[in-house]
Amino acid sequence: MLDQYGMVALFAIVAALFPPIGLFVSWLVRPKKPNKSKLTTYECGLEFEDFPEEAQNVWVQFRVQYYIFALIFVVFDVEVIFLYPWAVAYNALGLFALVEMAIFLGILVVALAYAWRKRLLEWV
Amino acid sequence: MDLLNNLFPNLYDWLVGVLHALLAGLNLRADVESALVAGIMGLVVVVVLLLWLVLMVLAMIWFERKTAARVQDRVGPNRVGPWGLLQPIADTIKMLIKEDIIPANADRLVHTLAPMVAAAPAVLAFAVIPWGKGMAPTDLNIGLLWVVAIGSIGTIGLFMAGYGSNNKFSLLGGMRAVAQMISYEVPQVLTLVVIALMAGSLSMNDIVAAQSGWNGLGWYIFAFPVGPIAFIVYYISALAEVNRTPFDIPEGESEIVAGHHTEYSGLKWGFFYVGEYFNFFLICSVAVTLFLGGWQGPLLPGYVWFIIKVYALVLLGMWIRMTWPRVRVDHLMKFAWKVLVPIALINILLASLFVTYALPALNQYGLF
Amino acid sequence: MTADLFLTNVAFYVVGAIALVGALIAVTQPNLLRAALGLILAFVGVAGVYFVLEAEFVGVVQILIYIGAISVLILFAVMLTRGLMRGGVAFNTQWVGAALIAVIVFAILLFVVVGTKWNVVTQKVSGDLIPKIGTELMTTYLLPFEAISLLLLAALVGAIVIARE
Repeated sequence: MLDQYGMVALFAIVAALFPPIGLFVSWLVRPKKPNKSKLTTYECGLEFEDFPEEAQNVWVQFRVQYYIFALIFVVFDVEVIFLYPWAVAYNALGLFALVEMAIFLGILVVALAYAWRKRLLEWV
Repeated sequence: MDLLNNLFPNLYDWLVGVLHALLAGLNLRADVESALVAGIMGLVVVVVLLLWLVLMVLAMIWFERKTAARVQDRVGPNRVGPWGLLQPIADTIKMLIKEDIIPANADRLVHTLAPMVAAAPAVLAFAVIPWGKGMAPTDLNIGLLWVVAIGSIGTIGLFMAGYGSNNKFSLLGGMRAVAQMISYEVPQVLTLVVIALMAGSLSMNDIVAAQSGWNGLGWYIFAFPVGPIAFIVYYISALAEVNRTPFDIPEGESEIVAGHHTEYSGLKWGFFYVGEYFNFFLICSVAVTLFLGGWQGPLLPGYVWFIIKVYALVLLGMWIRMTWPRVRVDHLMKFAWKVLVPIALINILLASLFVTYALPALNQYGLF
Repeated sequence: MTADLFLTNVAFYVVGAIALVGALIAVTQPNLLRAALGLILAFVGVAGVYFVLEAEFVGVVQILIYIGAISVLILFAVMLTRGLMRGGVAFNTQWVGAALIAVIVFAILLFVVVGTKWNVVTQKVSGDLIPKIGTELMTTYLLPFEAISLLLLAALVGAIVIARE
């Protein structure tokens, strides 16, 4: 197993080095001429500096909807983790394994149905 | 034909022999010498694979622009080199020499790291894909899960890009992109459970070998009714994962400027752009390995078939991009959670029934 | 020591260092989002440790769940509590007492970890582990397995009720 993961480690090292090397090459050849308007962020129409101080705070109020999607995603991700060993061992196990997994999936379908009914899967 | 098929493994073995001969003079201990040879050969394989992937991505960029042009009844790039073949090279040079602008008050470290986190995982996931007979860089026992897990790291890169730009459009675009990607991750991993059920293993080489029956009809895409459903659900959710049209709200130019990579210029933007193509190539390669029998095919060597099949799926993805308009964001989310996830769950139950009742009989005929 | 064993040790120290650096960033950064990114680095290190221990399934699960899902959850949560983004002092006024308690706890843990006679597993479970995990889940550990689904359901409902407040 060491040789398999040794290769993976080599992949990780090269994949991690590839962008910095590219950026370094770019740093050598590109111009560096910062001026004030280049450093401002993109905004249509009005100049950012003309806004009053409070409005220059960039952080928008975020809706809880994003967090709820992430929550449901975590629960289903954990469910999937249990599905994979079951799937690989399925052939040797027989029908009772199907029934057990059906119970497991059934309870999580209840979770999905709850989220559906409570209108949490909508993007309002 | 066997000679061509085994060309690259034979090349590898020959190089190992050469290295052993070169190192014999140093009189190293046996295990140190074999570790050193394995390390050097591993490095060679990784670098060659990386260069090959970059070449593939450049080819895909050209391919996309030419196909988009033809679909839109125009010619496409034709000035730079014959048929515009050197256009991607010109684009790369342009990206290298553009000035790198980091907005004031932006988090410089996060801004610089984000494109790296977005582009690197795709390369890592290619470690398990078999390009031909005996040509997977490594054959992990958990190959299928490895690809899925590495694919889920990309969301962090997008989030970092959105945050690190100090621009509310970027932040909003980044959060929406992450929400879209995690929503489509669930149907994607759920459908791949079907493959694990039918193959009885998570190793990519085993899955390809299990599809070798009946000269091509043993591919999992032909395993009615489970296979085609799984393929379609996987392809759709994977297209949404990598933010390709019609699911490219995160980078929709007419909507939110360029979303999370609004404030990026030069090579950093280039890494996002190239990263998207890496990811697209990755999902097509994974779909070919899992559903279309990998590198198997008559007459031509395995690696040629693999490239042909992957480019067929790439063409399909590009065709979809040029035909359909962008999906609205609330439709996007509803589609993932209310349509794809239930279909994937039902598919898993169908597949388990298929494996219990139909598979033993089919196995006797040499299928699956 | 064979080359393989040496390389495995080197790999262990490297991933351990990554986990430690990530954890250090997570606890010392005043900017909350950078601290969250340090935590993600720590998760990467822990996944590496699992791979070095040849528990490949657990390592992949760590990457998929922790880095793929829980990190996103943490980042979204940080975004929703924006007031804490600026500010966040690295040293507060009670740092002397806190440092003292931390050192004492560390000493106790070190004493326990070093002094206990751990059961060392002499037989390595090798080969293809995933079918074994699957079988064990369905037979020996069936009750915890079904209980997990109930736990997930309860966690989801509870978290949603709280999040909507």
